[in-house]
Amino acid sequence: MSTDALFSYLLRLGDTSLVLGQRLAEWVGHSPALEEDLGLANLSLDLVGQARLLLTYAGEVEGKGRDEDALAFLRDAPEFVNLTLAEQLNGDFGRTIVRQFLLDAWQLEVYEGLLQSNDPRLAGIAAKAIKETRYHFRFSSGWVVRLGDGTEESHQRVQAALSDLWRFTTELFVADEVDTALAASGVAPDLTVLQPRWLARVDEVLKEATLARPAPIAYQWHGKRGVHTEHLGHMLAEMQHLQRTYPGAQW
Amino acid sequence: MVAAAIEPLTADRERAVWAVLESVPDPEIPVLSVVDLGIIRHVRWVTDSELHVGITPTYSGCPATEVIRNMVAGALQEAGYTGAVIDEVLSPPWTSDWLTDAGRRKLELFGIAPPQRVVSKPRHLFRAHVVSCPRCGSAASERVSEFGSTPCKAHYRCTECLEPFDYFKCL
Repeated sequence: MSTDALFSYLLRLGDTSLVLGQRLAEWVGHSPALEEDLGLANLSLDLVGQARLLLTYAGEVEGKGRDEDALAFLRDAPEFVNLTLAEQLNGDFGRTIVRQFLLDAWQLEVYEGLLQSNDPRLAGIAAKAIKETRYHFRFSSGWVVRLGDGTEESHQRVQAALSDLWRFTTELFVADEVDTALAASGVAPDLTVLQPRWLARVDEVLKEATLARPAPIAYQWHGKRGVHTEHLGHMLAEMQHLQRTYPGAQW
Repeated sequence: MVAAAIEPLTADRERAVWAVLESVPDPEIPVLSVVDLGIIRHVRWVTDSELHVGITPTYSGCPATEVIRNMVAGALQEAGYTGAVIDEVLSPPWTSDWLTDAGRRKLELFGIAPPQRVVSKPRHLFRAHVVSCPRCGSAASERVSEFGSTPCKAHYRCTECLEPFDYFKCL
């Protein structure tokens, strides 16, 4: 396994957490209730914290002197390699929850697999992150059930969000040369093993929520190869604005 | 015959550092010291003059982590331990089980229900727990939200005295 592959892998995990965390932060002050506002902000904070650990490590592996801030604030959209699902717009609260639920379930499987990684630093990050992710999953799956099995209106809205966002889930488990190389050398879990577990976890909640799982979609997005939907660029413009305008500005 | 000055034992030197650390409060919950929180993972001299103190974050995104790091470095500096090195320790990850008994009592007196020691038994972690109201002691409480004013707290309400209170989350 090359350091290039490890760098790409860390960057993908870190970018997915960062982009999702930034999206959730957009809810602060706008959530339907104070408790949910705090909940989403807490999730956001955990995700940004996880991104910091991953991006710091990525920068060290790359060895070109880029730290977490350089990676987060000084790359353009095509250099971001997050999963396409993470960058999708918040929409209404239900859509945000569906996006969160699908990615929480994915992170749970990935981190659980990484606990066995033969890279001790990555295993350490996973051990830290998985405890937080269990809380996230409990929050998002609880809401999927309440909204899915709620009123006619809430059911319709989350079902529509699920049907729309489902097309981005193919990307979660299609392995490319980076995933394959890391799995072969024992650093990362095999995605083909994770996929059925993820689906079982998701199905269990959807069933309780009286939601129908959409049919599999063969078309695959390529966020983790830097090909994004139009939404990422707009999000980064806001997120990176300060560092781009005042390079090196300190808090 | 005059005995040469005897170097203090390593254990005594370490105890003196722990005493300094006990004076450093958590910035969000100032009744707790960083030692009470269980986030100081080691105090050791690598050489006779080079002191290392290991700190672990509670939550990966906790904004207090850097403040704590600076406060610890400042307190050590002030106590004369110049050039002490702060190590960031990630593994094993922090758990609320590491809160000391003294810390739990202080939390309760401060009005925050302390976490239960359940994390080391993962099967119990997500069961419903009895969380006693830190004000009236009643076991009749309900969870308002799993998330509270800081990453480490959840929001509860006592159904007996009707007071809302914070519960230190189990992680």
